[in-house]
Amino acid sequence: MQTLPKLLLGDACMGKQGELTVMDSQAHSDRYGGTVSGVSRRTVLGAGAGVTAASLVPLRLEAQEQAPAPLQEAGPTTHISFQVNGEQVEMDVDSRSSLLDLLRERLALTGTKKGCDHGQCGACTVHLDGRAVSSCLTMAGKVDGRRVTTIEGLASGGELHPMQQAFIDNDALQCGYCTPGQIMSAVACVTEGHATDPESIREFMSGNICRCGAYVGILAAVSQAAETMKG
Amino acid sequence: MRGLTYTIAETPDAAVAQFADAGGDARYIAGGTNIYDLMKLRIERPVRLIDVSRIEGLDTIETDGDVLRFGGRALMADVARTPIVRDEYPVLAESLLKAASQQLRNMATVGGNLLQRTRCMYFRNGAGSLSTVGVYPCNKREPGSGCAAIGGLDRTQAVLGTSEACTAVAPGDWPVALTALDATIEIFGPEGTRTVPIADFYRLPGDTPHREFNIDPGELVTAITVRKTPAGRTSTYHKIRDRESYAFALASAAVAIDMDGDSVRTAHIALGGVATTPWRARAAERVVTGAPLTPDQALRAGQAAFAEARAGQHNAFKIELGARVIADALLIAAQRRA
Repeated sequence: MQTLPKLLLGDACMGKQGELTVMDSQAHSDRYGGTVSGVSRRTVLGAGAGVTAASLVPLRLEAQEQAPAPLQEAGPTTHISFQVNGEQVEMDVDSRSSLLDLLRERLALTGTKKGCDHGQCGACTVHLDGRAVSSCLTMAGKVDGRRVTTIEGLASGGELHPMQQAFIDNDALQCGYCTPGQIMSAVACVTEGHATDPESIREFMSGNICRCGAYVGILAAVSQAAETMKG
Repeated sequence: MRGLTYTIAETPDAAVAQFADAGGDARYIAGGTNIYDLMKLRIERPVRLIDVSRIEGLDTIETDGDVLRFGGRALMADVARTPIVRDEYPVLAESLLKAASQQLRNMATVGGNLLQRTRCMYFRNGAGSLSTVGVYPCNKREPGSGCAAIGGLDRTQAVLGTSEACTAVAPGDWPVALTALDATIEIFGPEGTRTVPIADFYRLPGDTPHREFNIDPGELVTAITVRKTPAGRTSTYHKIRDRESYAFALASAAVAIDMDGDSVRTAHIALGGVATTPWRARAAERVVTGAPLTPDQALRAGQAAFAEARAGQHNAFKIELGARVIADALLIAAQRRA
């Protein structure tokens, strides 16, 4: 079986979250089992930063003893109940929160990326009731009663989604930061019938910016998946 | 961003009542693509958001009668793919499809789009913004503070409808197409429903550039209507941008013409990207009306539209570009006659 690249599936699938990194790790591990062995990139990054800092300056005692703060929303909250990747979720969320922050900070679904946070780059693209939206400009309150699919929800049973496979086959990324958003848009591009020719694909995908310039590979990937997804 | 209360309104009456209860600092939110963005920039600071995106019946698209009627919360993407809009009114469909990205068109509503605020970078990089670029005065954001765009980096600023206080461009595409087709806006408020011709909906900046729309706090755009016309088919929305897709207009033209053979019987022309409001180009319409449409005639019409234009330091190119955009749009539309 193909090893699943982390960036295509999202970190949250990869196992236990480090204490340093995710505010709501308990909620995450309750919800997603969180029992797969292994160390996530976030844990490594967090630990690495800690080691570096420790070697440079002695940590203050209180900092060492500080436990991760339990999640507490700072402002008025909104109660929402919605489906994410097929699972029902219910919570009180800060009314100012975006769907993007909710996914990343509350549900530890960090596959969805924060790029510009202003709807200009497409890195945060998810599906809301099956349609591509910018999760950074979707207020959390808007998803009540609705169905959200993130990059973590595409693969099934360890089998990559044809679009994920197509991105690998066509080398459709370099740094990978825009990739989850690209893939979510690309899936919508095919399912909504716009992957008919290169021009239509480019136009439909124009809301997803790739600063590495992997557009040639992305176009090839969408074209390939448009064929494989028919089957 | 300030803490806020988020509530959902199920009916227009409930929305208006909730707004009245909130007593100021409330805003309606539908798609949220503009207001939430502006909240993140700390330009909008509501303490109460009333979600009107679930109001029953406000998302209907009616095309059976002698008008097209678009519910205020109908999505841009859904209106654009409505068969009669796509086939019989390309100016409307193209204005929607050439705006924003697919993600945003799946969120933004056609009513909310009328109220989109300017992308003037001095407006957006304002006091309280997290930008490290700087803090700029802006009469639109903070009345009386001055305008940094005038004499500043004004390449994208307006050349029509400007004032000493403001040169910010009206950003929308859809409102330009609606202006060409003389659309009517239905507005619901505490006093009931009223209708406003789109020509009366937008305000020139004058010395009150912070007042952009003739709609009161607490009022809600419930629908947009467009009278059916055969000119709809002979139409286009021609938009020139810095990149080919997903960018605001440098200059755009909405054109719908009714032709008698090679001759123009009536013309509807509006401009985007160059003016402080969606801009009806009556002078251009007069040039082409009642005469055969030739490339020369089309360019003369375009030039007539900019007779009163006033450029700043870096945006004079919009006068030439805008004239040619009108000319090209007229010729594209004419090719679509039956």
